[in-house]
Amino acid sequence: MDNFLQVQNNQRVARADIPDLPFEVFREALLSLAHQGGQVVQFFAYEDRGQNRLLAVMRTDKLYVTGCEVAETYLSLTADSTKFHLFEREIGEQYGIQAEGHPWWKMVRYHPNYAGGTDVFENDYQQEIPGNYPYFTVEGKTVHEVAVGPVHAGIIEPGHFRFQCLGERVFHLEIQLGYQHRGVERLFQTVSANRLPIIAETIAGDTTIGHSLCQSQAIESLAGLTVNKGAKVVRTIALELERIANHIGDLGALSLDVAFNPPAAYFGRIRGEYLNLTQILGGNRFGRGLVRPGGVTQILGEEQEQLISAKLAELTPEVEHVNDLIFSSPTVLARFDQTGTVSHADAEAIGLVGYAGRACGLSYDARVAFPTECYADLPRNKNERTDGDVCSRGTVRREEIRHSTQMINTLLPKRQEEPSVLPQEWQLAPDSFVVSINEAWRGEVSHCILTDAAGKIQRYKVKDPSFHNWTGLALSLRDEGISDFPLCNKSFNLSYCGFDL
Amino acid sequence: MLKVIKNRIEQGHRTSKYPKEPIQLYHRFRGMPKVVKDCPAELVGRCADACPQEAIDRKTRQIDLGRCVFCGLCETLSEGKFVHFSQDFEMGTSCREDLLTLGDLPALAEHSKKHFKKLFGRSLQLRQISAGGCNACEADTNVLNTPFFDLQRFGIQFVASPRHADGIHVTGPISKNMRAAVLSTFEAVPSPKVVIASGACSISGGPFYGSEDVVGDLNSLIPVDLYIPGCPPHPLTTLHALLNYFK
Repeated sequence: MDNFLQVQNNQRVARADIPDLPFEVFREALLSLAHQGGQVVQFFAYEDRGQNRLLAVMRTDKLYVTGCEVAETYLSLTADSTKFHLFEREIGEQYGIQAEGHPWWKMVRYHPNYAGGTDVFENDYQQEIPGNYPYFTVEGKTVHEVAVGPVHAGIIEPGHFRFQCLGERVFHLEIQLGYQHRGVERLFQTVSANRLPIIAETIAGDTTIGHSLCQSQAIESLAGLTVNKGAKVVRTIALELERIANHIGDLGALSLDVAFNPPAAYFGRIRGEYLNLTQILGGNRFGRGLVRPGGVTQILGEEQEQLISAKLAELTPEVEHVNDLIFSSPTVLARFDQTGTVSHADAEAIGLVGYAGRACGLSYDARVAFPTECYADLPRNKNERTDGDVCSRGTVRREEIRHSTQMINTLLPKRQEEPSVLPQEWQLAPDSFVVSINEAWRGEVSHCILTDAAGKIQRYKVKDPSFHNWTGLALSLRDEGISDFPLCNKSFNLSYCGFDL
Repeated sequence: MLKVIKNRIEQGHRTSKYPKEPIQLYHRFRGMPKVVKDCPAELVGRCADACPQEAIDRKTRQIDLGRCVFCGLCETLSEGKFVHFSQDFEMGTSCREDLLTLGDLPALAEHSKKHFKKLFGRSLQLRQISAGGCNACEADTNVLNTPFFDLQRFGIQFVASPRHADGIHVTGPISKNMRAAVLSTFEAVPSPKVVIASGACSISGGPFYGSEDVVGDLNSLIPVDLYIPGCPPHPLTTLHALLNYFK
């Protein structure tokens, strides 16, 4: 491990302490860690004094960071380990750096690179997405192609899907995203400090708390701000309420996708009740305006504690009953069981995170491995079913609703009426680096900040769990019936905007 | 089967009586901001400087609801002496200028186009387009189909095909990668058609204003008929706007 610097979650480190390896050594070090079970948390490029550099954060049960200088082309790591696949394509798209020998070289979000240099995907950005990219096709007498999107049939975000099918069976699903690209990372590097939390909250609206926690913690670390215990309790409760609301909404939608309507109607309404609890906490159903660097803007008073506690007591049995209705219905289980299976080996190879990973038997949970806020003092969840299918993903989410409810009930009496945070100016430490990781409802969210000599943000990198998990959705469709796509899709429920940034 | 019946009885009837009966939202909810007109200019200036959305005009003291994300910063900074966020969620307007406000909006029902009421008052089908939205606007629009709001009882539906729609409901700052899809979806809707901009993003770019990767303002692409402010708009804000504009 000489080639890495071991860091803690949210620990400020001097950039000078991060190893600066020759590229070949960097490549070998990352690959060797990946082959020993290490996973990629962050792997990105940035420009420093006219020279492109790479930086990687890897995790085992610890966090490791390392870096190197990179030329215009380099020998792809993906050729030896699929864990790097999407990261290398992103590096190519953002900085025009070519990964030689990459097995699936295509754009990620479809935008010109930051340097304004030659495009490594040979796209002309005057053309509409997807530019010059020929989709992967399968040829044969009865093989056909189904194209869906970007505008889908419901009220959902845009993305393009290509299914290569033989009759009803799907050989291959290719997912092209990028329609939601808003330039989040570049905004973070250019806008004034007061806009940072507002943009962080809208990276992925359903993960408002997850992303704003990452950003706040990263800024707190670099600016040396301390957060009081009361604020930590509020933040943890808010993150768990976000998790419950999303899990409940999706379990209802899964039931709807197999044409079992009553649970969908009940969970549709009950999800709103949990959003309203977040509104009681912070004045907004998605937790907007609640988490800010240095703490939270609203305290958890006696009134809020009682309202939340009473509502949870009312809702918990209802949720149990509706879940029982879903998971004891033979018609539901017949559709959930052994549908959309991702094997443990595949999940490991592509680095699935969150409940999708846990449903495949990858136990990683950032709340346990790299705890922030109150998580070090809270018990972990155990997963009963890890077969990698729709039923496992549903079951893990059912278990997590129970687990999160218990955590909130444990935390509510621990509230402390310490002052809420007032808007403050902060100064980030110069020439520093921090990586922040939180287990949001979909899985591992991570933000990285690199500051320059003046303490300004030189590079801001965001990674939503969907960045890992979209590949999992594509794999789950292999050799499945195309009519099971909605079911598989909803069992992952990935973020388009979180991926597209 | 027994479980279905037991759950049905437990769930009961949950549909809201709004708009026949008013709904009081929790006092922490940040709805329509109310401006204290005679507060010191220095305080207005401080709030305007701090506002991340540049939504406060220091001369007229108006707040631009098309830019505001209702973060509550100005209320905290001024301790309620310049701005106070009320629990009033009825904020839809038919005109962009009306969104610049001191806390009072013209009655939406009187400003809607009369032929829209005649055409769509009994049946309105909308095609939703997410164009760079963060999925919060989308989620809180989708929620209108749940039993509490039960949008369909008003004859309003979100449909799958633009060919079946009477108009479009757009969320997001119109990412450049969605510009063409927004225009072709709009073209596929038969005339006469309505255009609804929902959320700060589609009205002004929202949190993403200034980004090179977004168009930032739906009105610059297609003339907008109805504006629904918020980040995201509360489902009741959307419901109120739809009912008052079309009914």
